[in-house]
Amino acid sequence: MVRTLLMRGMLSGVLAAVVAFAVAYLIGEPPLERAIGFEAHAGHAAGAAAAASETAEIVSRAVQSTLGLLTGLVVLGAAVGGIFGLTFAVAQGRLGRNGPRATAAWLAAAGFVVLVLVPQLKYPAGPPAVGSAETIGARTVLYFLMLGFSVLVAVAALDLGRRLAARLGSWNATLTGLFAYAAVMTAVMHVLPSLDEVPDAFPAAVLWEFRFASLATQAALWAALGLAFGALTQRSLERRPVR
Amino acid sequence: MSDIAMLSGTGVPPAALPVIPLREIAPWAVFASLLALLAVWFVGAEQGAVAMIDGNAIHEFVHDARHLLGFPCH
Repeated sequence: MVRTLLMRGMLSGVLAAVVAFAVAYLIGEPPLERAIGFEAHAGHAAGAAAAASETAEIVSRAVQSTLGLLTGLVVLGAAVGGIFGLTFAVAQGRLGRNGPRATAAWLAAAGFVVLVLVPQLKYPAGPPAVGSAETIGARTVLYFLMLGFSVLVAVAALDLGRRLAARLGSWNATLTGLFAYAAVMTAVMHVLPSLDEVPDAFPAAVLWEFRFASLATQAALWAALGLAFGALTQRSLERRPVR
Repeated sequence: MSDIAMLSGTGVPPAALPVIPLREIAPWAVFASLLALLAVWFVGAEQGAVAMIDGNAIHEFVHDARHLLGFPCH
């Protein structure tokens, strides 16, 4: 049972990565390409050897934007999908009386909010040329710290909601859990330092397009993961019903 | 929530999902989490802030995915 769910999660994750690749390639690559153009231009303007064009030669842009992008997404998709399958194994039958498709869809929506949307409200995706090389260490630590807090607080809020369900009823207990998550994460975001490393001349429209494309890529990944996983689970239950 | 389950249920009653004991999930969870962490590390962070492998090849190969997934890249 657990083995099946793990495998199904990884398979769904790979499928989802292909969907996410289409979104990333179509709407993510254009602003990313323009940001690289800005990066190279800024390097030349400063008279310095453009670091970007130097490193870009190891792997060509053509490979980065196709095979590299797909590989990165598939590896992440398989990893996220596997963990999704195991989280589904824990959630099934424990979170309300939802069927497999609704359980998977809710789980994917929660995953997107907790692992992508909330962390990116504080530390949004940065295109090339945004962020200085000296701060990559601090930025990486802060980003993963934010991810960790988001997961911990979400688990604690879920636990709180489940404890309160008997006393408040499931609707009010769910609302209390959601409010607790939002309140604590607001405090966490307030305490963690903010980053502002966008170069003055960087075009605002490109930055917005890039960040939107980043969220859209993640949304596509999570939506496809949840829906594919739910559909596959539903199909296997219909073939071989449990009791 | 039960409305959604009723809408989506075709042939499978909403309560049909069995509860799997946590004891049964735990070993899979530990092993898969370790592998997943490693995978996320290579896509999201290797050769960025810190590197286990010298050079820039991994960073450059997954460069676009890292940026578009929202990880700090460089």
